[in-house]
Amino acid sequence: MENTYSQHTEHEQADVSTKHIWKTFWILLGITVVEVALAFLHLETGFPARWVLNGIFIILTLFKAFFIVAEFMHLGHEVKNLILTILLPLLLFIWFIIAFLYDGESWKNMRKDLAPGTPKVEAPVAKPAHGGH
Amino acid sequence: MESAVTAKKKWWAGGHSPFNVSYGKLMMWYFLMSDAFTFGAFLIAYGTVRFSSTAWPDPNEVFHSFPFMHGVDWPLVFVSVMTFILIMSSVTMVLAVHAGHHMQKAKVVKWLSWTIVGGIAFLSCQAWEWTHLHEVGAWWGSNPFHNADGSAPMNSNFTDFFFTITGFHGLHVTSGVVLNIIILINVLKGTYEHRGHYEMVEKVGLYWHFVDLVWVFVFTCFYLL
Repeated sequence: MENTYSQHTEHEQADVSTKHIWKTFWILLGITVVEVALAFLHLETGFPARWVLNGIFIILTLFKAFFIVAEFMHLGHEVKNLILTILLPLLLFIWFIIAFLYDGESWKNMRKDLAPGTPKVEAPVAKPAHGGH
Repeated sequence: MESAVTAKKKWWAGGHSPFNVSYGKLMMWYFLMSDAFTFGAFLIAYGTVRFSSTAWPDPNEVFHSFPFMHGVDWPLVFVSVMTFILIMSSVTMVLAVHAGHHMQKAKVVKWLSWTIVGGIAFLSCQAWEWTHLHEVGAWWGSNPFHNADGSAPMNSNFTDFFFTITGFHGLHVTSGVVLNIIILINVLKGTYEHRGHYEMVEKVGLYWHFVDLVWVFVFTCFYLL
């Protein structure tokens, strides 16, 4: 809502606002540097474990996304109506990601089970239920 | 300050915009939301196929080259430079929008020009990366990279998704650069000075930041995970 600033506050706001922009820039750059550093650490030492590392990457990515949308795109300073209108539909992604990745995982398991040379897992035969007494 | 005003106003009672933004900005937001779903669909499709594969190439082995440095093994370095360029161009774009709020035409021209330079630099980097990957045999339908577990490539899913998604993003960067150039010409002609506000800079700014936002996800999905 910066375009609604009245004349006399304009110059005071200018400095504060520019500082804010650069602060956001340093945060984004810092997170990226941390990501790359962690990737190198993993390459060299194998630490942290792959799944931990991936979790950290996803969380840091969401952090970056938050700063870009809230500060650079200014959404954090808009009215609540607009913020919710934009963000609520994106919640669908939670379902999309869970459903599709689960589907992919199950395809992989089927491929593994049906691959040539894979021994069939025999269901334990429950004798008492079958044979007549 | 803003929230205090919001609480008292009846946003939906008519007389003013319930979103407190202009029609054009709101429509840009709606467009970006739909575009987010398009990119999201691409990335989720990539994730699904990757999850369904028993083996996948290691990005640190695929992306390890740097321009003019033959035979080096620098995983992630070049793509980090690309990320830095795009973040930097996002900053110059905010500074252009900021200058626009204060009606400082010369500053808008300066920062918008730097944004365009950043966009072109990013595209040049991507052109180099694609050329390099093409030279080692990677393209749509052609995957020369061995999997992380050492097995031979089974299909071209990896390269297909890589070129499609980074290509679609590159196309967005390209149209962003074109839009920025058009707006810069208008700024130079004094169109917005005459109009009394630089809101068009804000609108292309939103688009430009969105392109940066998508890159953050592409960077994670293809180069880090």
